[in-house]
Order: sequence, then structure tokens, then C-alpha cells
Amino acid sequence: MMTEGMFTNYFLPGIWITIQVTVFSAALGVVVAFLIGTLRTSRLWIVRFLAGCYFEIFRGMSALILMFWLVFALPLMLGWQLVPMWAGVLALGLTYGAYGAEVVRGALAAVPVAQREAGVALGFTRVQRLRRIEIPQAWPEMVPPFNNLLIELLKGTALVSTITVADMAFAGNLVRLGSNESAPVYTLLLVLYFAMAFVLTRGMRVLERHAKASVGQTIERRGLFARRRPPAPTLGAPDAEALPAGGTVGTR
Amino acid sequence: MQTPPTNDGGTNDSGTNGTRANGSELVRFDKVTKRFGGTTVLDRLDFSVSTGKHVTLIGPSGSGKTTILRLLMTLVRPDEGTIRVDGDYLTHEERGGQLVKAGDRHVREVRKKIGMVFQHFNLFPNMKVLRNVTEAPVHVLGLDKDEAEQRGRELIELVGLTEQLDKYPSQLSGGQQQRVAIARALAMRPQVLLLDEVTSALDPELVAGVLDVLRDIATTTDITMLVVTHEMNFARDISDAVLMFDQGRIVESGSPDKMFSDPEHDRTREFLSTVL
Repeated sequence: MMTEGMFTNYFLPGIWITIQVTVFSAALGVVVAFLIGTLRTSRLWIVRFLAGCYFEIFRGMSALILMFWLVFALPLMLGWQLVPMWAGVLALGLTYGAYGAEVVRGALAAVPVAQREAGVALGFTRVQRLRRIEIPQAWPEMVPPFNNLLIELLKGTALVSTITVADMAFAGNLVRLGSNESAPVYTLLLVLYFAMAFVLTRGMRVLERHAKASVGQTIERRGLFARRRPPAPTLGAPDAEALPAGGTVGTR
Repeated sequence: MQTPPTNDGGTNDSGTNGTRANGSELVRFDKVTKRFGGTTVLDRLDFSVSTGKHVTLIGPSGSGKTTILRLLMTLVRPDEGTIRVDGDYLTHEERGGQLVKAGDRHVREVRKKIGMVFQHFNLFPNMKVLRNVTEAPVHVLGLDKDEAEQRGRELIELVGLTEQLDKYPSQLSGGQQQRVAIARALAMRPQVLLLDEVTSALDPELVAGVLDVLRDIATTTDITMLVVTHEMNFARDISDAVLMFDQGRIVESGSPDKMFSDPEHDRTREFLSTVL
């Protein structure tokens, strides 16, 4: 019989570990994604090539095996051992970072060439253009695919339970062994992962709206709990065009 | 066909009665060739523009006018020949007595003398109007923020958009966006302003506002202008010289009055009859 004690003693700490692993891996993943993604747009072929190698290698490697390798093989070579949780974070961050790099590269490629030209005409260096013009404009395009990756990552954190990190999945297994009740335990785990993914998605939608607003776009609120409203008039609509030169565009 | 003699971009008075060095060459193309794929867009082109002059380039599409502006802005590089701006080579530098391809730093330095306004405005959508104008002065010229904003506000007032200061480009009409783009280019205090069909993408009723601003700038400042336009009345009003291009060469050049009322070449006459 699964008791309340099992939830508070095993599941709650497990949830906390899952959150930590997700947050740290995502942070590492974002750094890797931006680094590798921007390097893949470099003018120097060698830089592009090396960044491309990183992408291909880490995309092609199993995060699970990488974790095992970091925990069991690396100590044999180095003589010291990574804390299992950090080995898990490293494996997940490097792997999902590779996927994220492709998102960054794709979004940067979608910034119109005209923006690069305007940047050149005003004398910005390449790095300044990336930082001030291209990345800020590409960012809203990155958020939805990043959301996908983040949820994949969250669910992928269950892998760390195989290297003795006491996350949610690990706690579930312990409780199952102790109570011998597979159905409630795994059902609860499914619900917990779904609930966390749902919260992340809502959060990312807020981020997306924010990102779109930062380039002067508005997006319709939609989703499960959004209020239905008539679509707002598009900004810069023909009525604004017809105003006399220097006229004010009405408040909206 | 022979390349026409180098055009000096206007009447070459020796500047005896002016404070600015009138008559000195600000822009000079020497035997510049540019090919795209198998097409030769510019064919050993020679021409120059004197300081403070307003030169309009006309000609059928594909004749190489826009390429000249893009070469000057270093958006494309010449295949052969050299370009000089205010005496400095643009995409080359002298090293050990030899002319070699210039490094980024050199190109950026010379390019600071040039500003460009694009057909499609190309404002930065992630920045509000004022920041569009101040971003480059702050981060490229190293102006402090207050000074840049002061300069930005003055220029935005000059183009009549003070009330739109705090809006995003997407909230402005095309004509307003183009006027912001003009302010943005001027904020860098370039010596040469390149105008690349700046009214072609605008709704007809918005064209006049933009041209008025440009006329104002042409008459009240001593900035040198290189203009590609299909607005022949505007060209006639502001130009010191008009160059007619066809197939990558200058067919004919002269004062706007002469070019528009009494062109010598059939090709010019033919072209003007289609646009006037």
C-alpha cells in the first residue's frame, strides 16, 4: 500500500532533484546552444567545421550512454569521479545543447539579409551585429522550439535515475519496490511529468509573448485558459498609412 | 564603345569663395568591374563625385546604379579596380608599396564616411525609433548615451517624427519608417549619403513627405549625395549632375536641366521617355 509518508519522504525530494537537474541542464544547454549555434554562422570555415563537428557528435550520442561513460569510464582515465548528479547534468546539457544549437543557427539564418546590410552600413562589427541586431530578432523565433527541447529535456532527466541520482523516477522505483504497487506509482509519475511539462509550456508562452513584444509584434493569447477576444487591429495597418506626414497614430 | 571621360560630378568651380573644399574629389571609382555570375554589371567604370555635390544616377534596371551604391557601402566588393573615399582606398590598403585587400578594421574606418538609406528602410524591428537612431552612434562612434540621444532627438525632429520617438518601427507607416532611416543614417554624420530608391517601396501618398525631408537636407547641409531614384522631378530639383547608366557604363552625364530637356544620346532620350 502506498502511504502518504512515501510521497513526502521519497517523491517530494525526488521532484526537487528533477527540477534541479532540469534547470542546470537547461542552463548549460542554452549556453552551448548559443555558443555552437553562432559559431556555425562564422565566416571562418574552420570555426564552422569544428562547431559542426560538435553538433554532429553530440546529436549522434546517446545521452544515457554518455552519462554511464562519465560516471564509470571517465574515473578510470582521470582517477577522480564526478558527482553523479553533475555527470547527469553535463550529459544532458551537452546533448540538448547540440539540438539547441541547430535552433539558434536556424533562427539566425531566418533574420533578413537586409538587417545584416543595415548593420554593415552603420559600421557595426560582426559581433555587435550578432549581439544587438541578429540575436534579438532571432530570439522570438527560438522560443517555441526551445520549449519543445525543454520538455524533452525534462522527460530526459529520468535517465539520471540510472546513475543513482535520486530524482522523481528513482523515487518511484524505490516506492514500487517497497510497496509492490506498480500501477499507482507509475501513474503518479506520468502525471507528475505531465504537470511539470505543462507548467513549463505555460511559462514559455509568457516568454514568447514577451519576446515578440520586444520586436514590436503582438501575438494573440490562445491556449486552454485564455479568454476569447476579438483579434486586435494589426499595428501599422492601412489606416495608419493614410495619415498625413508627421501625424500621430491613434492610441491603441 | 569608348568609356566616356571621367565625370567630376558637377561644375568644378575651384572653391575660391566657399569655406568647404568644393571641387575636391570625395568619391572616386577607378576602372571598377563587378560581375555577378556571368553577368558584368559594371564594366571598368570610372567616375568621381566632388565634395558637397548631389549626383543622381539614372538608367534602366540592371544598369548597375544600385551596384555602385552597394559597392560604396561595401555590401559587395569590386572584382577589379579601386574605390577611394576622401582619398582613402575603401576595400584596399597600401602595404609595402603594394595595393592589397584591406582588413576589416580598415574597411570599417573608411566606411564611417558613408551612410546609406535603403529602399526597404531596414530599420531594426527590435529597437524603438530613438534607439534605432542612437544605437550606432553609441556603439560604433563611442558617443555617450546622453549626447547620442540629444543628437537623435534633433534628427528625429528634423524628419518630423518627434511624436513617434517611443514607438517600434512596426507601428509606423512606410513613409515614417523611411524618415527614421534617414535620421539613422545622418546620426553617423557621414560625408556621403547614399539614397537607394528610397521612395520606391512607398505608397504614392507617402512619397512626398520623404522627398520633402530629403530636399530639406540637400539644401540646408553640405552633405554629398549619391542618389538612385525614379523620381525625376526630385532628381531635377536637388541634383548638381545626372549620370545616365546603361549596361554598366555611363552613357551620358550633365546638368539636370540639360539631361532632362536636351539629352544628347538616343539611349538617354529613350529611357527618359519611359519614365517622365
